[in-house]
Amino acid sequence: MSDAVALAPRAAKVDLAGWWIAPPLIVLALLFLYPLTLIARAALIDDSGGLNLAAAFEVLDSRAFLDALLNTAEIAVASTAGCVVLGLTLGLILAFAPFPGAGLVARIVDTFIALPTFLVTLAFTFLYGSAGILNGALTSGLGLDHPPVDFLYSAWGVVLAEVTVYTPFVLRPLLAAFSLVDRSQIEVASLLGARPLRIVRQVILPAALPAIVAGGSLCLLLTVNEFGIVLFIGAKGVITLPLLIYDKAIQESDYQAACAIAMVNVALSLGLFGLYRFAARRLGG
Amino acid sequence: MTAAAAFHTAADSVAPKAPAGSGVTFDRVSVAYRGAVVLKPLTMTVAAGEILAMIGPSGSGKTTALRAVAGFVRPASGRIYIGGTDATDLPPCERGLAMVVQNYALFPHMRVSENVAFGLKARGAGRDLIARRVEESLRIVGMSQYSRRFPRELSGGQQQRVAIARALAVRPRVLLLDEPLSALDAQIRRAMVEEVARLHADLPDLTILYVTHDQSEALTLADRIAILKDGELSAIGRTGELYHRPPNRFAAEFLGRANLLPVVVEGKARDHGFVGVRIGDAKVVVSGDDHPAGSRRLMCVRPQNLTLTGDAERSNSIEAELREIHWQGELTHLVAAIGESILRVVATRLPNPPARGDRLSFFFSPSDANLIVEEAGV
Repeated sequence: MSDAVALAPRAAKVDLAGWWIAPPLIVLALLFLYPLTLIARAALIDDSGGLNLAAAFEVLDSRAFLDALLNTAEIAVASTAGCVVLGLTLGLILAFAPFPGAGLVARIVDTFIALPTFLVTLAFTFLYGSAGILNGALTSGLGLDHPPVDFLYSAWGVVLAEVTVYTPFVLRPLLAAFSLVDRSQIEVASLLGARPLRIVRQVILPAALPAIVAGGSLCLLLTVNEFGIVLFIGAKGVITLPLLIYDKAIQESDYQAACAIAMVNVALSLGLFGLYRFAARRLGG
Repeated sequence: MTAAAAFHTAADSVAPKAPAGSGVTFDRVSVAYRGAVVLKPLTMTVAAGEILAMIGPSGSGKTTALRAVAGFVRPASGRIYIGGTDATDLPPCERGLAMVVQNYALFPHMRVSENVAFGLKARGAGRDLIARRVEESLRIVGMSQYSRRFPRELSGGQQQRVAIARALAVRPRVLLLDEPLSALDAQIRRAMVEEVARLHADLPDLTILYVTHDQSEALTLADRIAILKDGELSAIGRTGELYHRPPNRFAAEFLGRANLLPVVVEGKARDHGFVGVRIGDAKVVVSGDDHPAGSRRLMCVRPQNLTLTGDAERSNSIEAELREIHWQGELTHLVAAIGESILRVVATRLPNPPARGDRLSFFFSPSDANLIVEEAGV
């Protein structure tokens, strides 16, 4: 009997603790889930208020959407590949062939994470733009009529800017992974006759693979959703999904089309985020 | 032909670019890190086919000397010869060596067989040779049945066996062992020491440079021992000789417990190679040469070489007062006093144990005691 009396208040406490979870859940739902639901609703319901799947499918079947999807994928994959290659090269040098000031270099690269993405793009227009330093020097130096360097206003310009901005996102986890590689494995491998490239390929990279996948998938996620750089460069014909959504919603006021495309963008992002989490978990484990 | 003999036929050897031969010579090799000298000029030779153990406390420079042979640190001065050829400027991958380290350093994503094959592949061996060597090396260390396992699926002792097989597979000119057994618990360590000894008996041509801080490993395995202290060679010699007749106080105490009693030299004894010394009132004969009469020395005698009963061989006797007696099962430790000096004695069998305060006579053989100049060595 006394046991039952003692247990009763404890049970009441547990119930109370359960209710405390509700407010944060409601806030989360209002902040994150509700807007998403609104977008999904807007994608499927037309101006008359009725369900209209045909309109959404029409948008997703359009040339503009497919071009944007293709552009987004191409730019994201190319940028991510660039980030991984540059991040790997820098990471290997910083971790295994350190030079005086290597730590400072790593920190400077890190600070790029803190900078707004369009800032790099702005700097690029000063450097490689048609009236930029490089073209200015070339036109006056070689006596040319037109600026010879014009890659900035193409998909390549976007890729270069994204590689510059997002490489630190690959480099950071790579440096963490490299710092965990047992140096005696490298030494033993070199005594066994392995040259540096073989050691990188067979000893270092397998150990850093989860970090490469995690950094790479994070990069892919960020470049798929990149808006500022693409808008700022304003390259002709380089329309990505975020830019297309912006065009549909702001320029054409076609909210249903914008929301239908946004849903594809969200699905793509969630898929990539899942990949990133999976890789990050493996890195952690 | 035994497996080991077959293993060492050189016909199908993977030719490393390192020179032929398998001795190592340190010729005034010194190493400095950022201006601080961690290894003072070291000159010594490891003969082909011998196990030379480098022992010493932390910071003595033993690992630095090993890393200089491996090519991981560049000597500040001096030259290193492997097989008679100057290897000082060769990169590690061209020295024809292999190494086993404390934490095994197996490649975690490779199976046991792939770990063992690593060096052979790196040296460009053919597929048949790789298969044969992997199989032979794993058989020598008794790990054949684990070839498909990953390192994480093995115990510490098994991982170290794989690490040894990986090193043996490339048939190194010199095998470098850097504290290879330190990570194992005491029981497995003892078993592994015996296994390494057996391995060397099976592969007598293999030169081994063995770094350890454990004197019992060194005493069990090494043909010769080099004792380092503060970056300097303190003593080097054949294992038994160094243990029984240490040249200085540090060598005497580092290789095991030693009684170091102050004595005064009386003069040469009748037998050649022996001198008479006075310890308090007692006169004893100890091994030694070139010690002038009247000079002060330390007499070194190991605790287990002192007994409570004399005989024809144990002709020396010294008297001491028993201070402590500790029975430890197999052994009994006695602590006695001769004037201000302490005498430690280890007895295996004591039918009539003495009591504290007893004045006892301790006996020892002249060949079990030697003289040390107090300031000798470092």
